[in-house]
Amino acid sequence: MSSVPGVVAINTFREAVRDRVLYNLVFFALLMIGASILVGEVSIGIDRIVIINLGLSAISVIGLVMAVFIGVGLVHKEMEKRTLYSVLAKPVRRWEFLTGKYAGLLVTLAVNTAFMTVGLAAALFYVGRPLVKADTSILVAVYFILLELALVTAITLFFSCFTTPMLSTLYTLGIYITGVFAADIRDFADFTKSQSLKGIARTVYYLVPNFHNFNVIDLASHGNSIPLKLIGENTLYAACYVSLVILAASAVFSRRNLK
Amino acid sequence: MVTPAIEISGLTKDYPIGFWRKRMRRSLDNLSLQVEEGEVFGFLGPNGAGKTTTLKLLMGLIFPTAGTARIRGHAIEDVSMHREIGYLPEQPYFYDYLTAGELLDYFARLFGYDAAERQKRVGRVLELVGLASSADVQLRKFSKGMLQRAGIAQTILHDPQVVFLDEPMSGLDPVGRREVRDIMLHLKQQGKTVFFSTHILPDAEMLCDRVAVLVGGKLRGVGAPGQTVSFSLHGMEIVFEPVEGARLPRTLGETATSLGTRYRIEVPETKLYEVIEQLRNCEARIVAVSAIRPTLEDYFFRLVDREESRADAAEVVMP
Repeated sequence: MSSVPGVVAINTFREAVRDRVLYNLVFFALLMIGASILVGEVSIGIDRIVIINLGLSAISVIGLVMAVFIGVGLVHKEMEKRTLYSVLAKPVRRWEFLTGKYAGLLVTLAVNTAFMTVGLAAALFYVGRPLVKADTSILVAVYFILLELALVTAITLFFSCFTTPMLSTLYTLGIYITGVFAADIRDFADFTKSQSLKGIARTVYYLVPNFHNFNVIDLASHGNSIPLKLIGENTLYAACYVSLVILAASAVFSRRNLK
Repeated sequence: MVTPAIEISGLTKDYPIGFWRKRMRRSLDNLSLQVEEGEVFGFLGPNGAGKTTTLKLLMGLIFPTAGTARIRGHAIEDVSMHREIGYLPEQPYFYDYLTAGELLDYFARLFGYDAAERQKRVGRVLELVGLASSADVQLRKFSKGMLQRAGIAQTILHDPQVVFLDEPMSGLDPVGRREVRDIMLHLKQQGKTVFFSTHILPDAEMLCDRVAVLVGGKLRGVGAPGQTVSFSLHGMEIVFEPVEGARLPRTLGETATSLGTRYRIEVPETKLYEVIEQLRNCEARIVAVSAIRPTLEDYFFRLVDREESRADAAEVVMP
């Protein structure tokens, strides 16, 4: 990690680790996973499903909260506090700085997700359920959550390059919610008779990231296997989408006058 | 031909203002100047004169509306140029969750130094700015003066040839100011080019080979401190003690101000010896003779007045 983005990423990760708010979020997530044990105990016969479902949902929601709330301040805070001035006065290109910040937050999210996944595994172990081969689908679900967070972080970073944290949060959450209902938007485009609405719905469907395909929590909780094809498609989709958004963010940020 | 350390040509910066950002406010207007290698160059001007805008343009933090600039022959858009320069922003703020040592190590990593080199450089600059004993203290616990010194440490960490300091003495106590002055003198002795902005005239006079004066975004003068209008004498001040019961000549008696047992009088430089002779004739004891220089405030007000009266830019003294 001796490249400029690597150095910036390590510092971003260090900042997140030293920010105690994160520990509260992880604690909250582990608490939710713990609570799922209690709920599981009163759900006779389906405790496994309940624990996995609630646990993965907690990992996803907490990850989303972290991605958005840390992401919106990622660049804005550096500009506001002018810490960025000293960094950009070094031989650092703006896109290198931006990529480093993105990578740093992604590593932070991955580490926190890993901690929470261990918490979920501990919850399953606590209720005395032996690990079976089908549990690999839980790991795939966690991997999809990470891909989803990578997309959300990239979008947040893009908005934080040119607008306020409040607006960045609103825009990102708006896109996220739209993306979760991507399949419904596509169906609407197929069924509507209005050509203009069809056009708008299709444009939104293709522009907004399709978060619907990343949600396999139900499949994982029921022990169903997740097709390899979907893993490949989602990975490729996330990589392409993230690359495009980071490119766009770099283009915006490279032209920005720092106040 | 020796390449100048800094060449600025027609640098102009407009900022959009208003809700629709349609109107423009000119923050820097057609700035052209040249700084030679090894010079300590003071960039003077009141608040809002365009000093920080100029430095931010040179650092690539903002982009010019018109004009160009080169540092040691590199265009300012060339990121590799940053290997040869150091920059201290105005009222610097750094990652407060890091210790001074970690901050400098982070910046050293950005230059690609290996671990041994980083350790050597960080130790050396911390020693130089007097922060060696605070290397492991988090920056959030630093005083303003200590932060300024940490800022200077990151500026010179990579041994740059040209150092840009934006108001380096701003907000420091007299001890802190002297320490910063000493570091700047140290850089000067090492043959570095130092370009610093300030609105504290005595600092500039003490340190600078040349100064430039900026008012309202326009360059109003460049030259050695002693040559510029800013440092010309206003007159001479004489403090004297008359012999008890002696009568002062009428012309002196009317203009002298009483300071208790002593008197103070202001005279033009050309009349100095004549007045001293008159005082000696009436056996007055001369306590002090000193030059009266304009205060910074006087000087800036005069320039601002000139600006308002739309004085011709031809007044600018170029080297």
